[in-house]
Amino acid sequence: MSVLLETRGLVKQFGEFRAVDGVAFRVQDGEVLALIGSNGAGKTTLVNLISGLLRPDAGSIHFRGADVTAQSVHERIGAGIARSFQLVNLFDQLSALDNVALSIFSRQGKTRKLWALAEADRPVWQEALGILATFRMDAKAAVPAGGLSQGERKLLDVAVAYALKPKLLFLDEPTSGVSTREKSPIMDTIASVVRSEGISAAIIEHDMDVVFGYSDRIVAMHQGTILADGTPEQIRRDERVLTTLIGTPEAR
Amino acid sequence: MSTAAVTLPQRTHVRTLSWAIPALVILVALPWVAGEYQTILLAYGLVMGIAALGFNLLLGYTGLLSFGHSAYFGVGAYTVALMVKYLGVTSMELFLVGAVGACVLVTAIFGVACVRYTRIFFGILTMALSQVLWSLAFKFFWVTGGTDGLRVPTPTLLGVIAGKGDKIAFLATAYYYYVLAIFVVCVAVMWVIVNSPFGRALQAIRDNEVRAAFVGIQIRKYRWVAFLVSGVFTGLAGALWVPLNGLTTPDIMHWTFSGEIVFMTVLGGFRSFTGPVIGAIVFNYLKTYAVGYTVYWQLLLGVVLVVLVVSLPTGIVGSAERLWARRRSR
Repeated sequence: MSVLLETRGLVKQFGEFRAVDGVAFRVQDGEVLALIGSNGAGKTTLVNLISGLLRPDAGSIHFRGADVTAQSVHERIGAGIARSFQLVNLFDQLSALDNVALSIFSRQGKTRKLWALAEADRPVWQEALGILATFRMDAKAAVPAGGLSQGERKLLDVAVAYALKPKLLFLDEPTSGVSTREKSPIMDTIASVVRSEGISAAIIEHDMDVVFGYSDRIVAMHQGTILADGTPEQIRRDERVLTTLIGTPEAR
Repeated sequence: MSTAAVTLPQRTHVRTLSWAIPALVILVALPWVAGEYQTILLAYGLVMGIAALGFNLLLGYTGLLSFGHSAYFGVGAYTVALMVKYLGVTSMELFLVGAVGACVLVTAIFGVACVRYTRIFFGILTMALSQVLWSLAFKFFWVTGGTDGLRVPTPTLLGVIAGKGDKIAFLATAYYYYVLAIFVVCVAVMWVIVNSPFGRALQAIRDNEVRAAFVGIQIRKYRWVAFLVSGVFTGLAGALWVPLNGLTTPDIMHWTFSGEIVFMTVLGGFRSFTGPVIGAIVFNYLKTYAVGYTVYWQLLLGVVLVVLVVSLPTGIVGSAERLWARRRSR
């Protein structure tokens, strides 16, 4: 396995608070990685830095061997980095199908076209429908995103990112705010899509069943630094992780 | 369900033609039925329809409320007037080319500044910039004629049809059809733009700026293009308006005129494609008759606006669509 993404000495400071403090983070090609840590550990900030929503104060980000630290969000997406959002970010007045189709139009560079009817581009709509079907959302294709249930919105958020055909997909708490009953179907769907396409995924998650059930490797963060990095088995036995994040062994 | 979703687009096209063709027939037939005065009044309505159509690309589709579209309308109108004054041009086609060129230049520059902002900040900045142009038109009287404005004689259409002799008859026949033709082209072009992949991207920016960026859309660049197209449509309307009015004054650069464009669009319904056009035509009648009826016409229009916002927030077209849908579902 080769290294897909690597950060070196990444720092992000908000006033006095160092949200990300010299993080060296790696994602291997084709792996599914879980990023864990308590609130404020710096997980989302790290993803914001890598995806381009925030600019780092120090350090660098390398994707497929190229330095992308200074690149815009647009360029990073072109390179193959996509993300979903913890608080669902969708185009609420557009239908579920439109939401996914927009990613496809954008990926193909067609959103620059003023003089063409979007509806006439059959292959795009067929692909969009196919993606919705993959996420078992095809029955909701015509429903405006604003009218979907929370679980469906979470899935659609992931589908919109997936439709960009990324090489690396960040999923920021894909099952938060979703009922316990919906959690595993959502994760099963996401995991099967990601694994069958060979997409590398980094999932921020609090639910330990999800973390241990779906990831190849776990990175634990604490106070802006990486506390531990290893396979689920290693992390399960890691004393520091157990005491700071999961709870003491006695408590379990 | 999946097949229904895939066949959905075709139905939209059919529905569009189902309202466009009867509307066009009425507009073409009108000069034979209605008198000269009514025809010219409708020509004003169509011209304002083009302006509102341009304006709504920003408000309805991109989610940006411009309070400075009087600037582009004025740039269109004053370009024509200055072409007459300094270059002795009389060809309407040259007027249109000149107005579009001037508007591209102005909106391109204004746009760079404005698209960095959204919401109230965007509104205030567009308004401030339009007021700069208004004060230029107002103060540089040796160029612009100040409050007296600049006169524009009837132009030559297509190099042959000249408005010599009966000006009213010219405006009510040849010029009406000229305006109508350009109106049809503008509606068709705008319809394609809002239904293009670019139009979808604008709606995405409107709904969720952050996510739009994260599907790879360069939001400022797209907003800038929308700003440019929007301003050019409104400027084209300004150029078509001058020969009708025969005179351009700084009033059309003033921010209150921008307010009228906003009013028309809200009146018709900014959430629908046809709303701004219907709103502009209705507003034109409303204003004309209100001015004729009472000196307190602004008060009357103000009351209409309040009632409208409170009781029909989706405008004429939005409310009509809802009524229609309710009747059909019964």
